[in-house]
Amino acid sequence: MAAPTTDYAYFPGCSLESTGIAYDKSLRAVFRALGLGLHEIDDWNCCGATAYMSVKETVSFAISARNLALAERQGPRDIVAPCSACFLVLAKTRRFLQERPALREKVDEALAAAELSCECRARIRHPLEVLVNDVGIAQLRAAAKRSLRGHRFACYYGCQMVRPERYFEPDREFPMAMDDLFRALGAATVDYPLKVRCCGGMQMVTNEPVGLDLTQGLLDCAVSLGATAIVTTCPMCQFNLELYQDKITARAGRDLHLPVLFFTQPLGLALGCDPAALGFEHQVVPVPGDSLTLAEAGS
Amino acid sequence: MAARSEQSTQAPGMLPQSERVLREAFLQQVERIPGGEKLRRCIQCGTCTGSCPVSYAMDLTPREVIARFRAGDIDSILRSRTIWTCASCYMCTTRCPSGIKITDLLYALKRISMDRGIHAARFPVHVLSESFVRTVNRHGRNWETGMMERYWRRTTTPVLGLVNMLRQAPLFLRLRRHGRAHVLPKRIRGIRQLQAIIARAEQIERPVESIESKPITRRVGYESIGS
Repeated sequence: MAAPTTDYAYFPGCSLESTGIAYDKSLRAVFRALGLGLHEIDDWNCCGATAYMSVKETVSFAISARNLALAERQGPRDIVAPCSACFLVLAKTRRFLQERPALREKVDEALAAAELSCECRARIRHPLEVLVNDVGIAQLRAAAKRSLRGHRFACYYGCQMVRPERYFEPDREFPMAMDDLFRALGAATVDYPLKVRCCGGMQMVTNEPVGLDLTQGLLDCAVSLGATAIVTTCPMCQFNLELYQDKITARAGRDLHLPVLFFTQPLGLALGCDPAALGFEHQVVPVPGDSLTLAEAGS
Repeated sequence: MAARSEQSTQAPGMLPQSERVLREAFLQQVERIPGGEKLRRCIQCGTCTGSCPVSYAMDLTPREVIARFRAGDIDSILRSRTIWTCASCYMCTTRCPSGIKITDLLYALKRISMDRGIHAARFPVHVLSESFVRTVNRHGRNWETGMMERYWRRTTTPVLGLVNMLRQAPLFLRLRRHGRAHVLPKRIRGIRQLQAIIARAEQIERPVESIESKPITRRVGYESIGS
């Protein structure tokens, strides 16, 4: 067996610099606590997201490939992309470039205009999968300094990480990685049937009634099941689920306020990271202060 | 309707010319999707529609989209609300027993519809995509504040655009208060390099052809399109 990988290239993505900044902070803290290297790709650009993909195909693959090319220059490391949309776009770019020689030729030519080239060898990976597979849940539990006992999470995986690239197969309908992780760390997780149902994505902007319908369903279900928080793996899901709770509460006629966290935040708490380093100050729906103070693991 | 009468003068089994052109453009796109040819295997079971979290808000269900394509009616698909209601969640693609890449096919249809300028210029998805692409081309990264400002301003008349923006102010201020929104954009150092890549890629991929297509309405929003 190859030696375990402990160094990764890091593609934060635009959201992690603004609306999802708590994800960036907590992810860095978690990797640091575990002694894993996270090397930000120098001068990375936007992955292109779905918006670019729906307008100009070749251009969207070319700009996405610039990131793969820059990462390669820094060394042969797997690329960690925490935003599910970036993860999908980068993974899709890599696969399409491998499977479609005609597209590859075009993208190579475009990259050559900037004196770049890309072998597309590096794998694109989501940090949840990296932590669960490369480190392992048993190791994570062993590394935990605090217990998440008392927390009751609705683990929400969303769409883009789970489905399109068959990344979590065979669990595309009901993945358990995050549930298993948090249960091992002392938390309870609710049996959340909507864990891979769509949050609405950009429909929240272009077609708000539909976006609100979808997030209302997700919040309603999590609240009904008695979750203390929804835990997400994607900045877009986190945003949609957290920022519209006033509006949703008003249209639902019942209180649907619930903290919405990035999975790296409670994980960081369990690993003994300073709560101040995990970005809780960015929560719009605050997490009760006392829930940030955890008992020692094993106590 | 013009399209109908044209169709009625066709020989049986023949498609009107505009439909043939659309069909060709669509099939070209399908060819580029790895596994796209599986489109032929549709058994019309409706698993896609049943799995879709937003099919309730569509005028054509995903199953109907494939049925209409087969029946030689891409035109009505391009004018439907369906392609713009898809949130790209890939549930249909995951569950399709025939392995059809429905989400990717809808992307292809979106591109064709955009290329052809179907729908008003202020249609939300068009403006959002255009604002997004413009922001990325300028700065190399998305600057949500600037992109959304442009979006709210451009999806309606200038005066209403101002009202729209003011309506979004509480959300923006809330994000600001929590350190989650930037007033100014951040530009990557290699912006010229990125722009060179974009310029070359655009040269390589020009739209194959473009037939005239008038926007079907001047009104904006999902309620104004489809049936």
